[in-house]
Amino acid sequence: MSQVVIDGAAPPAAPVQAKVETPLRRFVSEFCESKIALFGLVVITTIALIAIFAPWIAPQNPYDLAQLDIMDGRMEPGTVGGAGFTYWLGTDDQGRDMMSGIMYGLRISLTVGAGSALVACIIGASLGLLAAYVGGRTDTVIMRLVDLQLSFPSILVALMILAFLGKGVTNVVIALVIVEWAYYARTVRGTALVERRREYIEAAQCLALPTHRILFRHLLPNCLPPLIVIATMQVARAIALEATLSFLGLGVPITEPSLGLLIANGYEYMLSGKYWISFYPGIALLITIVSINLVGDQLRDVLNPRLKK
Amino acid sequence: MKANVGRRLAVAATVAVTGLALSAAQVTAQTATMAVGAPVTSLDPHYHQLSPNNAVADTIFERLVNTDNRARMVPGLATEWRVVEPTVWEFKLRPNVRFHNGNAFTAEDVAFTLARLPNVPNSPSSFAAYSRPIARVEIVDPLTIRFHTTAPYPLLPLDMTNVRIIDKETAENATTDDFNALRAAVGTGSYRAVSHRNGDRIEFERFDPYWGERAPFQRVNYRMITNDAARTAALLAGDVDLIDQVPTSDLTNLRRNAGVRLYETVGLRLVFLGLDFMRAANENSPFITDNDGKPLGRNPLQDVRVRQALSMAIDRRAIVERIMEGAAVPANQFLPEGVFGYVANLAAATYDPDGAKRLLTEAGYPNGFRITLNGPNDRYINDSRIIQAIGQMWTRIGVRTAVEAQPWTTFVGRAGRQEYSAFLIGWGSNPDGSHPLRNIMATVNRDRGWGSSNRGRYSNPQVDALLLQSLGEMDEAKREQQVIEGMRVAMTDVGVIPLHIQTNIWAARRGFEFTARNDELTRAQDLRPAAR
Amino acid sequence: MTVYLVRRLIQALFVVLAMSLIVFVGVYAIGDPVEILISPDADQIERERAVKALGLDLPLWEQYLVFLGNAVQGNLGRSFVFNEPALKLILQRMPATLELAFGATFLALLVGLPLGLYAGLRPNAQASKTIMAGSILGFSLPTFWVGLMLIMVFAVQLGWLPSTGRGETCSVLGFVGITSCSSGMQWSFLTWDGLAHMTMPTVNLALFKISLVIRLTRAGVRETMLMDYVKFARAKGLSPARVTFVHVFKNIMIPVVTVVGLELGSTIAFSVVTESVFAWPGMGKLIIDSINVLDRPVIVAYLMIIVLMFITINLVVDLTYSMLDPRVRLENKGT
Repeated sequence: MSQVVIDGAAPPAAPVQAKVETPLRRFVSEFCESKIALFGLVVITTIALIAIFAPWIAPQNPYDLAQLDIMDGRMEPGTVGGAGFTYWLGTDDQGRDMMSGIMYGLRISLTVGAGSALVACIIGASLGLLAAYVGGRTDTVIMRLVDLQLSFPSILVALMILAFLGKGVTNVVIALVIVEWAYYARTVRGTALVERRREYIEAAQCLALPTHRILFRHLLPNCLPPLIVIATMQVARAIALEATLSFLGLGVPITEPSLGLLIANGYEYMLSGKYWISFYPGIALLITIVSINLVGDQLRDVLNPRLKK
Repeated sequence: MKANVGRRLAVAATVAVTGLALSAAQVTAQTATMAVGAPVTSLDPHYHQLSPNNAVADTIFERLVNTDNRARMVPGLATEWRVVEPTVWEFKLRPNVRFHNGNAFTAEDVAFTLARLPNVPNSPSSFAAYSRPIARVEIVDPLTIRFHTTAPYPLLPLDMTNVRIIDKETAENATTDDFNALRAAVGTGSYRAVSHRNGDRIEFERFDPYWGERAPFQRVNYRMITNDAARTAALLAGDVDLIDQVPTSDLTNLRRNAGVRLYETVGLRLVFLGLDFMRAANENSPFITDNDGKPLGRNPLQDVRVRQALSMAIDRRAIVERIMEGAAVPANQFLPEGVFGYVANLAAATYDPDGAKRLLTEAGYPNGFRITLNGPNDRYINDSRIIQAIGQMWTRIGVRTAVEAQPWTTFVGRAGRQEYSAFLIGWGSNPDGSHPLRNIMATVNRDRGWGSSNRGRYSNPQVDALLLQSLGEMDEAKREQQVIEGMRVAMTDVGVIPLHIQTNIWAARRGFEFTARNDELTRAQDLRPAAR
Repeated sequence: MTVYLVRRLIQALFVVLAMSLIVFVGVYAIGDPVEILISPDADQIERERAVKALGLDLPLWEQYLVFLGNAVQGNLGRSFVFNEPALKLILQRMPATLELAFGATFLALLVGLPLGLYAGLRPNAQASKTIMAGSILGFSLPTFWVGLMLIMVFAVQLGWLPSTGRGETCSVLGFVGITSCSSGMQWSFLTWDGLAHMTMPTVNLALFKISLVIRLTRAGVRETMLMDYVKFARAKGLSPARVTFVHVFKNIMIPVVTVVGLELGSTIAFSVVTESVFAWPGMGKLIIDSINVLDRPVIVAYLMIIVLMFITINLVVDLTYSMLDPRVRLENKGT
């Protein structure tokens, strides 16, 4: 009852609007303070645009077997192929234009990486917060689930998903979420355990604010810094993990290669001097992950309530 | 503090090692290290019917009938064998053969070995099939043994090439554990095992009283490096002297490398496409639809013209050259030329996309249909690349092909349950045409034990009849004719679509020589110092 | 405290049970071990024999009960592939993996903490920016790729280090430092040859962890430096070293300990890729090989051990929390 009253007693919408406006502007200006983070943002935006518009700008549809020809396989960068256009970054063993492959591969890798990290983060962070805040039996159940999950090899998860659901990009995302959520839960819980003893939480509790409000408006922002470190790294890790799953033959379908699968495919050619098959996708992956993390680093500093001057 | 202790120990160890350095250098010339790609799971020669295990078993143990590097039968622990009556085989055993523990080899050991085959506890794949046709073993004298069979059985010597003979006295109550711990790993081979670390390495030492050609090295380290690139790297770094299963992607480079020599031979393993014969002509095959993705209402693979078209659409030369980098030969049947049962007068599998389209039109599919080609991605050389290439080729004749690859673990079960319409798979034959005929082309029949790997459920009464005749035919010439005819019928009917026969490739450092075998076995005794 | 530990122990039991059940059902769903292990020319009779020999002819629930019955007596089953007790196989491989995992974690802390501390204390220095940018490289490239590059450069091109394998091993008996190179638990780090073999795989595994530690440390330091008690300590005139190493360090350890604990665990459990690239005969290679052939007894036993290990690590981490930060009171949480 009293909760409703207090919530209802919140000031009318207009001032809230004004308040939201200011932090946003401050956020933008603070973010722009770092040139290198801005650069990262530009790069990652470009990469995202390339990924989104790949079907319109790529010279070839690398997922259409009819457009590939093994007679064009493993051509060096700069060779003109049977289809009449130049393979600027060479071709892989199937005659897949590496440049088109990378553009399309970015789509898959970003979807898989960002998608799984986001979902895992939401699930993991919520459960972590809940565990730390509520404690007791909830905490026990969630944390033992975490223990169980952490001990489960990703390859076995991927194999089970493959057995139950078959192959596909979505299923890879599901597998990665199942693998990753526990990391978030565990990290968030660690921080939240400390935070929930602080005065501001006690104050909020005294005000009898609803649990979800305390969790997400008070506790969560203060647990953000380590969470963002983990999250930006986990995007990278999810992409790399997908590459590893591909390396083990459990990743995305072979006819729709992600960056990771392209690298894994080219891996076998590393010793034979056909460097381009895994080198260029590797570079693309590197640039993507570096720029995501440059942005992430700055975001973390800007969003951290305690670093405010 | 812990680190400190570690360092002190390390220093102590170094002192000890330096003391030994001189003698070690002399030993090196006598030592060879080889790295294999597939892990050996047991030293028990009758525990698991698996090539890597057989290769090691062949080093420590021997067989009554050996096979040479071309898989031809040659005398081993038996010097000769003959048919006494249609149901009785007699083997004369080699005199003056000793086991590693000094025991003499006699007919008792052979009888004991055959009796053990069906009785190895927990075996996931036993050798029992090789003793099953034998109804009774008769020891005529210590060096003569007779096998009585219930029916005429021409394949008995071939079966004996799969049975490694163990010492009765040592192995009387031995378990697989005893073999792995080397207590029972006592054979008559030219090397004996002196150390075994499961899944990592085995060390062999020369067995000097060996009856035959002396083993070339005092000591051989047999390491397992399953990662392809790591194996090649270990060879290039000089850590190992020989590797097997050379990845095709490294071939070009290794051929140019003056410090390395390749040893190659056409193998006995055919890579082919299995097709769905399980669904009748008027049923839907699970991975075939019309061009709009709707059920087709019939199984086009039941039409021989469609099967021919799919086969003709495949450019085998391109696959061999571009995907396999030359490490295979295009095939129109299971066995390479020169092996018992090779069909000489079979039309070559030619690449003819226009002819394929015509056949499809004749069969009532002028615009083709859609199909998914399944395959493993960790089993055969370049398996997932091959199915993608075939996907390209089929799509070009109008059969729009999707390709799906998955690990063998999940693939093989589904293939065995006939869940696929078309799938890539391989078959490593024994050097006798009846072997693939019986296991792949024959109608599945529990009582006869036929069709064990007939995953597409191909069935042709004509093939079955010829096979049945051949299995009771004691005249080798007649038997070969029947096997050849059976295989010719099955291949003309496109019961499977053969692609290529793999080439087996080993790479050795300069200073070493290796005898390449077509049965894929990497055996220590086949590695020698190069002749100067 | 004792109540707390006992409660955790009981929970652990449930988790282990749940794990074994999941693995049983999961492996059953993935495929049939006999199909994978059996020789392709084995006929129907031989197949049926093999199914029976491996105990797979019973219904799944009965297989599970048989397993539980044996497990209670300390028998976790025999490997389908090796025909040896699953537990023995795992213990044989354990030292190889443990030394890699601890080596890598140690290296990560040794390199990561000072660098992270520096980058956190001087966030605007050029060196800090280089450290931070460099740390991104540590987790951007797939492990298998980096591993092969290491082999190519240091073993093939330069010839400094052995390419693969474990090299010479020795075992320690007791605490006095008597070594034996033939029996007991075999360790590589006791010999030069073993150390040389260990170097590359350790570095390969450590790269990701170094980045992680650097980043977590930096984030923590930056935040803690602005805290009131740090300001107060500085105002009091404590030496910068004391402020850094006592006040700051203690407070950044919570996330670092959590994550390093998790990392150590996952390295022990799943350094699959590194072990396979470097042909390192550890548990990671065993589990991947076992999964590939669906060697269920090994998979189940292995995962039960691993889940126990994670429970222990997480318990230690939780205890460390309350040690590092008195605000976290464990006993109070249970209801």
